[in-house]
Amino acid sequence: MKTYPKKLLVIISEAALERPLVADVKRLGAHGYTVIDVRGGGAGGDRGADWDADRSIQMEVVCDDVVAEKIADHVHRTYFEDYAVTVFITDVGVLRPEKF
Amino acid sequence: MDPVVYFFVLGLAARLLRSDLKLPGVLYESLTIYLLLAIGIKGGVELASHPSGPVVAQIGAALGMAILIPLIAFPILRYAGKFDSHNAGAIAAHYGSVSVVTFAVAMTYLVQRNVAYEAYMPLFVAALEAPGIIVGVMLGRMADRGREARWPALLREVLLGKSIVLLLGGLLIGWLAGPLEIAPVKPFFFDLFKGALCLFLLEMGLIVAARVGDLRKAGAFLICFGVLMPLLAGFIGAVTGWLVQLSVGGTTLLATLAASASYIAAPAAVRIALPQANPGLSLAAAIGITFPFNITFGVPIYHYFAQLLHA
Repeated sequence: MKTYPKKLLVIISEAALERPLVADVKRLGAHGYTVIDVRGGGAGGDRGADWDADRSIQMEVVCDDVVAEKIADHVHRTYFEDYAVTVFITDVGVLRPEKF
Repeated sequence: MDPVVYFFVLGLAARLLRSDLKLPGVLYESLTIYLLLAIGIKGGVELASHPSGPVVAQIGAALGMAILIPLIAFPILRYAGKFDSHNAGAIAAHYGSVSVVTFAVAMTYLVQRNVAYEAYMPLFVAALEAPGIIVGVMLGRMADRGREARWPALLREVLLGKSIVLLLGGLLIGWLAGPLEIAPVKPFFFDLFKGALCLFLLEMGLIVAARVGDLRKAGAFLICFGVLMPLLAGFIGAVTGWLVQLSVGGTTLLATLAASASYIAAPAAVRIALPQANPGLSLAAAIGITFPFNITFGVPIYHYFAQLLHA
């Protein structure tokens, strides 16, 4: 089966950022997104997702490399300083390139 | 002591002893929704069957109180506690707002002792949630005028937060339906209320115990603040309640609201509006110190304040 190369942009952050992040990725050209509730830990301590202030999300966006870079850059400038945020980009192959 | 407090202690002990006990996050959220709706509906039904007092003037006075509390807390935190303005504003916002579960515990405390209170007290909970957060955020942002404030997002967050929607929605439903129409859902919303509150407090015990680490980092000043601020605010609340002629029960509940610190509405709103503030500090104080203090010693003290003023 033929696949077409795209980027998978993954943002892991505090749940408080879900609403602003959804608005950001739409504005910056993403055609869709997926949000998952997650838990984990890092330099700032553990986030057990037991209650509102302790919840974390993982947002995934499949898009072309220009949009991925634009979103990553925006997240870097806007949220890295004050929030618990991780961003990474990987290569993926999709079946319907026009959807992303 | 009320059994709800024992459930809190059980949760506390379980986490401190490293038990694997964990309540699913969705249960916490479901219980929050249930408690808010139940408190609202109960108030609404009683409002429908009893005429109410001078509600508007009383709510107005309570709003003044809600604005005053963060204005007192902020300079204490900023100058005595040496916090930067972001953290002082964030903590002041938590203490300016209210805790619904602390209110629920005070309600069951009064019911158990047959102390009557005004049926419309849940209206105060809904009214007092937002103003303190807004004042706290304003104080915290005074230092950085340059940054974009995102006020529309903050106002939507605090004025249409789930607690306000559910409390006011419940009040309206209870009031419109009245005691007869509400009877079929009474077993669910009224009779099971205390059981649900017990379960919620079990979860709160687990959450508070998980914050013990933050508490160590927070330092002695914040721990003292977490006990003394609610006593001061509780006294201001009791005086306000007495001045606007609430009953002893109503005065106790208003004092409890004044003394309580928010951990549902405030953390989410403050995280967006004051991103530079460290959420660990406000939560350590609000949830690690003030919440346990209020449900064990605080409520009886506020009841005592109310009795003293009404004597």
